[in-house]
Amino acid sequence: MAAARSSRKWKWSHLYLIAVFVVLYAPIFFLMLYSFNSGGAMHDFEGFTLEWYKEVFADTRLFIIVLNTLVIALLSSALSTILGVLGALAIQHVRRRRTQNMLLALNNVLIVSPDVIIGASFLILFTIIGIKLGFVSVLLAHIAFSVPIVVIMVLPKLEEMSSTWIDAARDLGASRTDVLTKVILPYIRPGIFAGFFMALTYSLDDFAVTFFVTGNGYSTLAVEIYSRARQGISLSINALSTLIFLFTIILVIGYYFINQRGNRPPGMEVQR
Amino acid sequence: MSVKSRNLYLIPYAAWIVLFVVAPIALIVYYSLFDIEGNFTFSNYSDFFTPVYMRMTLSSFWYAFLITAFSLLIAYPAAYLLTRTKHKQLWLLLIILPSWINLLLKAYAFLGLFGTYGIVNAALDTLGIGRQQILFTDFSFVFVSVYIFIPFMILPVFNALEKMNPSLIDASRDLGASAWTTFQRVVFPLTVNGVKAGCQAVFIPALSLFMITRLIAGNRVITLGTAIEQHFLVTQDWGMGATIAVFLVVIMALIMVLTGNRRKREVSR
Repeated sequence: MAAARSSRKWKWSHLYLIAVFVVLYAPIFFLMLYSFNSGGAMHDFEGFTLEWYKEVFADTRLFIIVLNTLVIALLSSALSTILGVLGALAIQHVRRRRTQNMLLALNNVLIVSPDVIIGASFLILFTIIGIKLGFVSVLLAHIAFSVPIVVIMVLPKLEEMSSTWIDAARDLGASRTDVLTKVILPYIRPGIFAGFFMALTYSLDDFAVTFFVTGNGYSTLAVEIYSRARQGISLSINALSTLIFLFTIILVIGYYFINQRGNRPPGMEVQR
Repeated sequence: MSVKSRNLYLIPYAAWIVLFVVAPIALIVYYSLFDIEGNFTFSNYSDFFTPVYMRMTLSSFWYAFLITAFSLLIAYPAAYLLTRTKHKQLWLLLIILPSWINLLLKAYAFLGLFGTYGIVNAALDTLGIGRQQILFTDFSFVFVSVYIFIPFMILPVFNALEKMNPSLIDASRDLGASAWTTFQRVVFPLTVNGVKAGCQAVFIPALSLFMITRLIAGNRVITLGTAIEQHFLVTQDWGMGATIAVFLVVIMALIMVLTGNRRKREVSR
């Protein structure tokens, strides 16, 4: 009887989970389905067409925006990875516990701050320094908010590494640079990759911060989607979403692949 | 030698901290002390305590509270059931996957779903209820927000449930506790940290996200985030915008202290 009861519960629980999944995925598939609608609206599916995809691929302005987004994402995540690794090394090298905690707290300020506040404060900052809003300001902003993420991903790897390795390398006559490039960096490489990857996804995904510091004339994909969506429904956004969705899935698979390669998943806490 | 190399690492990182962490906070506070003409004043702070802004703050809190509560109500059972499934890591991955998709696209999907001729209204029509104005209402704002935040609530609750020793449930049941008592006295207290983390991950973005309100709620719902965006990018009253930002930071810090300090960011995009 106990078995019967538990099997009945099983079904109910599956029903609830399935309902949650349907609700989570339905809007996304709905969006994708209507990207093939020849009717031109997000209701009344009339017939299959690839017209909207053609429109997306023929749109040179959109193509430039996609390029902008990719350039910003790759550049900002590469530079923030370098800065973040240096930051993690710096935090690790600081001897005093209090200084270390203070650095960590300052590091995490940008991670917990709402995007609106990051965006608004960077807007003030760039205006005061006199940086023209556009490519440079967006790049700097993306580097700025990616650095702490890289630090968080790299630091556990550094802490996990035994200091005897470094002592051994030093005893065997390795120079300081050798210790860094031949012992430390190879060891923390999974953390560095995970950090780079997270920085990349944060940069690609960011809307709010970019929206504040982008100015006129320069745009990334998220900002462009926002301004198009505010004007109402256009099925070329659906086509674009479908393409982005496929790209996202490839990225997620890539991220999990990188995580699998590192012996312990370094990003389990921050990944969302 | 050792001191020198340590400083070398610290130089670029410290420069980043000064330029992008300390300076922006200082600038926000500094700008909150100036009015739109650039005169030094505390009027922004006294304005914040006028009924207009107080009502906005309260309604922003109320919406954030509703969004957090509904997310928790839906996410807790889902997380619990997830821990009971066979391939739980796969299921969890599937739950998290939608959260990797830009939330603008998800909000945009609801423009189609909830529109006047959208699929939801078509269903209501065939049921005989008739077409309703769904888009640009409080309901659609709360619904879409809950939809977007559910994965961020499920994840920490799931992790907390996974850490719990399952034999405790058996022990409680063996000792005669009902399922509800077991949940109330054993399961929930043991997972309260996950719940707190989830609430934190939902509540703060719910106060500050402005794109969902703009896209889904029209201009009906104004949250603290919307107000900041409005002041900075539309009315150009940076002083007032900075003042609201200062309050948002203070509120955020309070929430972080109240719900226990967690250093991980869980959402905001």
